[in-house]
Order: sequence, then C-alpha cells, then structure tokens
Amino acid sequence: MIRRAGEHGLLVETGTLEVSHRLDALLRADRPAGVTEIVPGPATVLVVAPGADPAGIRARLSALAAAARAPGAEAAAPERTVTVPVVYDGADLAEVAALTGLTAQEVVDRHTGRELVAGWLGFAPGFAYLTGLDPVLHVPRLATPRTSVPAGAVAIAGPYSAVYPSASPGGWRLLGRSPLPVWDAAADPPAVLAPGTRVRFRAVAG
Amino acid sequence: MIEVLAPGPYATVQDLGRPGYGHLGVPRSGAADAPSLRLANRLVGNPEGAAGIELTFGGCGLRFSAGAWVALAGAPCPVELLVPAPAPGDGRDPRAGMCAPFWVPAGGRMRVGTPATGLRTYLAVRGGVDVPPVLGSRSADSLSGLGPAPLAPGDVLPVGRTRALPPITVDAAPPRPAGPPVLRILPGPRDDWFAPGALEALCAGPYEVSQDSNRVGVRLRGPALERARNGELPSEGMVAGALQVPPDGQPIVFLADHPPTGGYPVVAVLAAADLAAVAQLRPGDLVRFRR
Repeated sequence: MIRRAGEHGLLVETGTLEVSHRLDALLRADRPAGVTEIVPGPATVLVVAPGADPAGIRARLSALAAAARAPGAEAAAPERTVTVPVVYDGADLAEVAALTGLTAQEVVDRHTGRELVAGWLGFAPGFAYLTGLDPVLHVPRLATPRTSVPAGAVAIAGPYSAVYPSASPGGWRLLGRSPLPVWDAAADPPAVLAPGTRVRFRAVAG
Repeated sequence: MIEVLAPGPYATVQDLGRPGYGHLGVPRSGAADAPSLRLANRLVGNPEGAAGIELTFGGCGLRFSAGAWVALAGAPCPVELLVPAPAPGDGRDPRAGMCAPFWVPAGGRMRVGTPATGLRTYLAVRGGVDVPPVLGSRSADSLSGLGPAPLAPGDVLPVGRTRALPPITVDAAPPRPAGPPVLRILPGPRDDWFAPGALEALCAGPYEVSQDSNRVGVRLRGPALERARNGELPSEGMVAGALQVPPDGQPIVFLADHPPTGGYPVVAVLAAADLAAVAQLRPGDLVRFRR
C-alpha cells in the first residue's frame, strides 16, 4: 500500500525492515526523476518527489515495492559491513549486567556476538538504530536521561544498540565507547552507518 | 562584511536547506518561510537559494562595513537606515523598507523593528551571506546543530562576491495580503489511526499557536484529536507540513527543522502552498484548517 504524505510525499508500506532496505537500495540505484528524499523506516519508505508526475511516480513505486517484496529478491547493492571497535568501560555496564543477570564480560560477549544491521537513522545526524541485538540485552532506557552523552558512546535501549555520532542528551544505557567516528559532516558520505549497513562490534583495550 | 550589533530575539543564517540527507538523520532545515527568502533574494538579483538572515520577531541591528544592496521580505517590520556623514538631512535614508531593494553605504547601520504582523522576516544581501556551507547548505539547523550558530552580538558575516550576478531588475514586490489564515490540509498518511470525525474536528477548530513553537514545529492548542488505535507506530519518514499528533491529541505542524523520522501518527499534511503561512504564525494567533 502507498499512502499519501502531502502533495509531494508518498509513504510506501513495506511491512518489514528488510523490504524497506531493498526498496531503498532499488530507488538509490536508479533514482526516479524528481525524487529529493528517500527515507527508509522499519515498515515504510518515505519518498519525497516535488518534481515528479504523481501518477508516474506512484506506478513506479508500486512496481519497485513489488520487486523488493518478491521472495528471493536480491539486494540491489552489495552489503556493506563495518566493524566498530569498542572499549567496554561504559558507565552502565555493571547495571546492564545486573538487569540481565549476566556478568559484565557476558554482556560484552552478547553485544559482540551477533551481526547487527543499521535499520534507520533519526534522533541526530548519523544516529543509526542498530537492529538484531541479542534479546537478552533488551533493557529499558534510563528513567532519567543524561543531559550529555559523549560522541562515540556505545549504548543499548530496548531492542536497539547505537553509537552516539555527536555529544547530545541521551537516555540509552552506556556499554562503552568507540574510537571510530560514525559522523563527519565533511566526509562523503557523512554517516558511516547508513541504512542497511551490517555492523559488528569488537572489544578493544582502552 | 556585516557586523551583528543585536540579533533580536532569534536570528539565523538560512538558505533553502540541505535536502537529500533525511535517511542519514539530517533535517532539511532552510528558511521556514521559503517563498519570502526567495523573494528577498530575487529583489537583490541573487539566486533564490542564496543564504540570507531569518529574523524572528525582528529586533535586529546590523552594521555594514562595505556598501551592499539589501532587501527585506516576510513579516513586515519598520526599517531604519542610518548612513554615515556626510549625509543629507538627519542621516536617515527613507528609501529603506520592506519588499524593495535599497543600497546600504559602507558604515551604514540598519535597525529592523518588531513586525506588526507575522513572525519571520528575511534579509537578503546581494552576493549572499557567505559562511562556510555544511553538507551543501549554510542553514542553521536548530534541531541537529548543523550549520552556523544563531547570530550573537559581535558576529561578523562575510558577504559573497557580486561581480557575476545579473543586474537588479525587480524594483519592488507587493507584500502578501494578511488575514486570519485558513490552511488547507490533505488527509493522511495515518488518518486511519484516528477516531472517525478527527479530520472534521481538526477543521472545526480554531487552534491557538502555543508559546513553545519554534523552527521544528508549530504547537497548537485546540480540540483534541482522538485516536482509534493505541500502541506505537513504528518510526517513519516525516515531511514538512505534517500534522503529527502526540498522545495528548494536540497537533504539531512540522516546519523546516523537523526530525526526518518520527513515531507519532500524522493525521494530515498541509498543502505545500500554505507552509509559508504557518511559518509566519506567532504565539497566540488563531488558525483554522480546511480540506
């Protein structure tokens, strides 16, 4: 289903993050004329096309969405994998261990033990919601957010993990810090963890 | 160079923003009332997307160290231009005003007063405000912090080169007719998350603009829009002009610095032509919607 989001926006329902990523990749590989924004989400892709013929772009999106949903559909772009080094000395590591009934080392093993996927970005430029976190590590946010979390902080909340791209307030639980900058406005692309990027955390010494 | 003597309540450098980075979490930003910035730029012969200054509630004082063509558009403010001696009369140049280009000589001081109506006034300078671009734009984004900081007393703004610009060919532009705005909406994309009659309730209004409105969004107070579904909507892409409805049922109209993704359902989206009008609403203003 394609929903209208104002005169220039179309919100394509994908149902799953995987289909969102495939549709996003198809659109970026062969961008229809007039499209200015392609924003994937967990169950949708927003397409903003102020310069496009409305009927034409809608038909094109229907066809691409069907292709993205087809069983066995292949990714339009090669999958990118990023290894994120982490010094696991976060302020909330002990509390996460207590909440999950694990030792701190077991929390680290669980966090580094799976490949995550950058689902979508929001909250701040370069802030990727990383999906696929080990369910044992699903812990609630802090009751009171911190007024300042440093850039590079590696954190978890609910089913997600993230690397803070810049200093900001934040309510996620801090497991550690990464020396890998995930946001650089002067770089192209400016965000390291674009939607669909596969992410591996790796423990390193501080 | 333009020296900021006083920025007024809130002033920022704005162009037409940084589209195309929503998927990386970057708001579009740019002039909240883009047609007014475009007009001010046309009046001084700039490309429409050149960077200018967005004033909020006027109140701005500037000093020009070099002569420049300037134009103001948007919320109409009294403008006073003091030119250095030797100058005719009392040193005030009566040609300075809204919606027409005027020359500010080197050493000229300009004072923009409080607008009689509207909220945001745009100052364009021939050559454009030439601060360093970030991701292709000079806009100050209040949500993400990208771009230059809001203007502060003592700031010095470089002006771009004017040599290659076309001559100024527009004398004056009539101000837009003012009046109580009735804004046109299109339903959806998540109107099905609301109880039947929610769009009618929205259009029955009126809604009052809340004090805590800013470049991210205009917060409204009025008839609550009831939901038909509870629970959480997965985060999804947002557009400027979207009427996002948090659980309290009071809509927020997204402006230029809106977050690129959000998790509250969007009951309706403003017609593109009415986005400039909503950017000119001031706290306490009443607004109505129609389909």
